[in-house]
Amino acid sequence: MSDTVSQKAKRPLSPHLQVYKLPLTALLSITHRFTGMALIFGSLIVVGFFFAAASGEEYYNMFLDYAEMPIAKVILFLWSGALYYHMCNGVRHMIWDTGALLTKASAMKANYVVLLSAALLTIGTWAMACPCWKG
Amino acid sequence: MPTVKEKNMMNSPLKTAKGLGSAHHGVEHWLSQKITALANLPLILWFICSTVSLYAKGASYEAFTAWVAQPLNTTLLVAMFISVFYHAKLGAQVVTEDYVSCGAMKKAKLIAQKLFFALITVASIVCVLKIAFTAGM
Ligand code: HEM
Repeated sequence: MSDTVSQKAKRPLSPHLQVYKLPLTALLSITHRFTGMALIFGSLIVVGFFFAAASGEEYYNMFLDYAEMPIAKVILFLWSGALYYHMCNGVRHMIWDTGALLTKASAMKANYVVLLSAALLTIGTWAMACPCWKG
Repeated sequence: MPTVKEKNMMNSPLKTAKGLGSAHHGVEHWLSQKITALANLPLILWFICSTVSLYAKGASYEAFTAWVAQPLNTTLLVAMFISVFYHAKLGAQVVTEDYVSCGAMKKAKLIAQKLFFALITVASIVCVLKIAFTAGM
């Protein structure tokens, strides 16, 4: 059955992604997916590290030499940020599953909590690993 | 008397009670995603703390392998890899189901992903165990 014009008008439209400015909540939602996929590549690096260590001391040291390169540090920093973001937003996902935090306003507040927690965890981890403490 | 909401439902009461929807599965996929997410949380935090602490102490080969070889650490590492890769397999499956529209291509990608995650899970466990069993030798 074809719809009348008035029925059609009442239906919600899904956003036309090319011309629609994503609200923060939607941006963070797609970021969860993006970081999840990026973390798959990150986890392969961890497997690579265990592979090197399982292959013997020279491979282990070779891996750590590569890890000292500036580009590796940049990748590791972005990766840690992605991991903490995915982790914090994952916790929010599990809270959402209980039915809490689902209104527009509380989702907006939680957006900032997630971003701030992820940033603090990332900075905290790098501060702990900083060679300046070795003294 | 059925309520208005019950009258409007497409599912029979039995289907509603089983909660499986029209595809007959999916709930366990969703639930496994959440259970592995819950397991990932402490395991990955523990792994990061341990790695940072090893790094701060110089990250020598002896220190790292001795750390892996402690039974509690070996156990948690294997648990972490299983949980993370099962979580990733479930997650990547949803992304493929959402974005790959062609039936044959979708099936092929899903099978390839399954095999890939199975392979790296096995690889990571083999490496952890090999390090654990040969450390200090
Ligand atoms: C740190 C602990 C982690 C937590 C708490 C967590 C949490 C979650 C949650 C709750 C979801 C489901 C989101 C939804 O319902 O739509 C999810 C999805 C996903 N996660 Fe994680 N995760 C973690 C670590 C990881 C890691 C290490 C990887 C990769 C190796 C990963 C890859 C993915 C992928 C690919 C998805 C699917 C994304 C989507 O469907 O949009 N996660 N995660």
